[in-house]
Amino acid sequence: MALEYDSLNENVKKCQYAVRGELYLRASELQKEGKKIIFTNVGNPHALGQKPLTFPRQVVALCQAPFLLDNPNVGMLFPADAIARAKHYLSLTSGGLGAYSDSRGLPGVRKEVAEFIERRDGYPRPCASYLSYHSDPELIFLTDGASKGVMQILNCVIRGAGDGILVPVPQYPLYSATISLLGGSLVPYYLDESENWGLDVNNLKQSVAQARSQGISVRAMVIINPGNPTGQCLSEANLREILRFCYNEKLVLLGDEVYQQNIYQDERPFISSKKVLMDMGSPFSKEVQLVSFHTVSKGYWGECGQRGGYFEMTNFPPRVVEEIYKVASIALSPNVSAQIFMGLMVNPPKPGDISYDQFTRESKGILESLRRRAKIMTDGFNSCKNVVCNFTEGAMYSFPQIRLPPGALQAAKQAGKVPDVFYCLKLLEATGISTVPGSGFGQKEGVFHLRTTILPAEEEMPEIMDSFKKFNDAFMTQYDNNFGYSRM
Amino acid sequence: MRRFVIGQAKNLIDQTRRRPPQPHHHNNLRLLSLLRPPASDTTPVSSPRLFSSSSSDMPGSDSSTSSLPVTLDSINPKVLKCEYAVRGEIVSIAQRLQDDLKTNKDAYPFDEIIYCNIGNPQSLGQQPITFFREVLALCSHTALLDESATHGLFSSDSIDRAWKILDQIPGKATGAYSHSQGIKGLRDAIAAGIEARDGFPADPNDIFMTDGASPGVHMMMQLLISSEKDGILCPIPQYPLYSASIALHGGSLVPYYLDEASGWGLEISELKKQLEDAKSKGITVRALAVINPGNPTGQVLSEENQRDIVDFCKKEGLVLLADEVYQENVYVPDKKFHSFKKVARSMGYGEKDISLVSFQSISKGYYGECGKRGGYMEVTGFTSDVREQIYKVASVNLCSNISGQILASLVMSPPKPGDDSYDSYIAEKEGILSSLATRAKTLEEALNKLEGVTCNRAEGAMYLFPCINLPQKAIAAAEAAKTAPDAFYCKRLLNATGIVVVPGSGFRQVPGTWHFRCTILPQEDKIPAIVNRLTEFHKSFMNEFRD
Repeated sequence: MALEYDSLNENVKKCQYAVRGELYLRASELQKEGKKIIFTNVGNPHALGQKPLTFPRQVVALCQAPFLLDNPNVGMLFPADAIARAKHYLSLTSGGLGAYSDSRGLPGVRKEVAEFIERRDGYPRPCASYLSYHSDPELIFLTDGASKGVMQILNCVIRGAGDGILVPVPQYPLYSATISLLGGSLVPYYLDESENWGLDVNNLKQSVAQARSQGISVRAMVIINPGNPTGQCLSEANLREILRFCYNEKLVLLGDEVYQQNIYQDERPFISSKKVLMDMGSPFSKEVQLVSFHTVSKGYWGECGQRGGYFEMTNFPPRVVEEIYKVASIALSPNVSAQIFMGLMVNPPKPGDISYDQFTRESKGILESLRRRAKIMTDGFNSCKNVVCNFTEGAMYSFPQIRLPPGALQAAKQAGKVPDVFYCLKLLEATGISTVPGSGFGQKEGVFHLRTTILPAEEEMPEIMDSFKKFNDAFMTQYDNNFGYSRM
Repeated sequence: MRRFVIGQAKNLIDQTRRRPPQPHHHNNLRLLSLLRPPASDTTPVSSPRLFSSSSSDMPGSDSSTSSLPVTLDSINPKVLKCEYAVRGEIVSIAQRLQDDLKTNKDAYPFDEIIYCNIGNPQSLGQQPITFFREVLALCSHTALLDESATHGLFSSDSIDRAWKILDQIPGKATGAYSHSQGIKGLRDAIAAGIEARDGFPADPNDIFMTDGASPGVHMMMQLLISSEKDGILCPIPQYPLYSASIALHGGSLVPYYLDEASGWGLEISELKKQLEDAKSKGITVRALAVINPGNPTGQVLSEENQRDIVDFCKKEGLVLLADEVYQENVYVPDKKFHSFKKVARSMGYGEKDISLVSFQSISKGYYGECGKRGGYMEVTGFTSDVREQIYKVASVNLCSNISGQILASLVMSPPKPGDDSYDSYIAEKEGILSSLATRAKTLEEALNKLEGVTCNRAEGAMYLFPCINLPQKAIAAAEAAKTAPDAFYCKRLLNATGIVVVPGSGFRQVPGTWHFRCTILPQEDKIPAIVNRLTEFHKSFMNEFRD
């Protein structure tokens, strides 16, 4: 055999990702046996019945079949603004959806992204050196989903095992997997659950000092805002501290901001790292290197299957940008239909457009329902015995802590399972709810969680939470009684 | 994603289990990635050193940026090392010219830039196959399927096909992440298409759908290459995806030369020689990359030659990486495409005998749907533990884009006789392929008429790769301009005619020979003008530099 497991790239083997994870395997088996499984483990809204927004799908359908635009009956199927927008995007391409674009994405779409960023962040604003505040289309690269962008940037940063990347724990495992594939070192910093998953800069300093004492050069820091799996929104003050920290320690900041549309409270709206950085002024705004990532997979769009995203670089020297461009060019170009989705996302219908009302109704409907679902879920978890859950301020997940009694820990040990896996498996068997154990994201020693999405249909939510509570409370009682653990 | 997350969970759990108890919970910095010695800086033995953009010549000289964490000094050196000439310096110059042309038309002896640098047919006016796009439009906006007006605007079989495809997608959700190998029903269609092509069975579980063929190649390189001690045998001239990917993954490109004199023939003796040579340098050769039909060389391998290659890989224990993205692009009656899998199976070799990866793309063929980023690799002859690793790497990126997946299934299962769209589909397909054949022939003949130029015929693929016998004077002038002689020629050609081609040095070539790659993709009505401009330019170039 030409390729044995033993001779594979060690970094690939090390990459922390097992295809047949125990819970997924079991859930699939149960589904095959005919049991109804509620998949609350994937941030994949359309798979759980969320309908795509109508307007963008109309525009992209027309771009797919541009000959429809010449058909006199096209107006029977498509509104005039969708037709106009399809013509607009086709005019930005050199050969429609079937031609490779510039490797960084269509210049016209990148310009729309830059304009969106300027509108969102309130820049440019009058200022002595305002030019540097412009969002520059040359520094925006479109990608096949945000993950590809993260991989491209980390590939530039990581030279070997001596290079470390600060990653929050709990984290979205894209980061650990990519760092591992690239042969770098993951340097964890812990989010503080008792402070609503707050990010304490003192922890960061400690993490960096400890990594350095082990000979690791910390090169970059990842923040996920709103948090995945933790759902917290970072405050402006916190972002300032983080940016100052990156400035002092000379770290590239990777801002995973893919959930920026998914905000479910009003106290802490989403604020981009770029805006805070620009607000801070010189020297920070000129020297902190920032890459921020966005996607069409999340928000009220949820267009995961399109694989569309972008990243924006700030304070990257032109020659480094050229190198990143070169690497992007080896993959030729991101897929063009997703580029158009991105254009539509940053430039949706405006008041007065024919499709505006429908678009607004659909997008608001999704967001408001998600907001209600976030609350139902948090409240549901908090009503359960030995479960405490921070409110999902943003993103798409709930990450309750499950306080397992000693009896359950003992039982898990006897079953040869990590305690949260043990709990999640029992939950799956009893209720069909398929979750992800907290150990998949990293958590403090001796503390256990699970992650669910808040994506099941709203009308099914009360029943799901009831069934969860029934299981949980029985579970807790069972292990309390058997081992004499008494609740406070 | 759920598979990803849960798998992650399992591994972290395993780690947790293995880790000894730690008394100080609040201070436990866990390095999740294991440490290993820093990667060596040594240049891979056969790392391609192409003419490079000026940016990588003077790393870090930009003093104003030295306080930043990521500069040319501190970027991953593997990134600096890789080159991709198809979109390199000449293309940047062309883009600047194109911009300038808009405002400064009179300054140039031409009125448009003709991009013959890249196999991007629809950017040069090739029309997409109507049926494919009808199906894609219906799948993009499925509400159309409920409208009666749709029947007036779409062919009936495109509507049927869209329904059939939607039925294969869980929840009919074209906006959801799919299985990381691609939607199962679409892989079934692809496997059936491979079976129909080869006459041997194909398993949908062997198919990994990718965003174009390139990510599949990267994935295999990632698996095969641990260090510069791992070598990949690549044809020279080669498509620079291979050299770039090998450089990015820190491996060694082990070259084997195609024989230009025998129509870019692939000699087994050359493979053996280069393999031995690599071994003597301490390189373990892991795989053999074969591009058939050839890029940039356009040859179509004979079945007999392919059998010898299969035997060579089997004997030497090499993975055969078969780049078969041009399988529909064969232009000569005396040659036929045979997949390596078909050849291996017809020799009686099964799963246990040879590890074979076949790459296919929707960017080439008669469809030329580059912007869709669709493709697949068919992976056979690997143990299940290796297969799991491939799946794991695929899953880190969640899945490939769904419309690319749908299109990949369509090109492997196009309309059949009797279908509503069959006649128009065949007419479109044959129109494109026969026009490509005509263009290939016209350009090849024109090139062969030029002084000092010889050009093998394009039996397949989308390119001509003429050899230019450059006069010493031109070589000296190139050296004075600090540029490779073929790049010098190509820049002159661009500035004089607006025609963009890629210098042979971007693909590597026998030292001392000079080539360029020119696609056959400009629309047929433009070919005579291209021939004229090229001929005129070449004459004046030779007049200037003839020894």
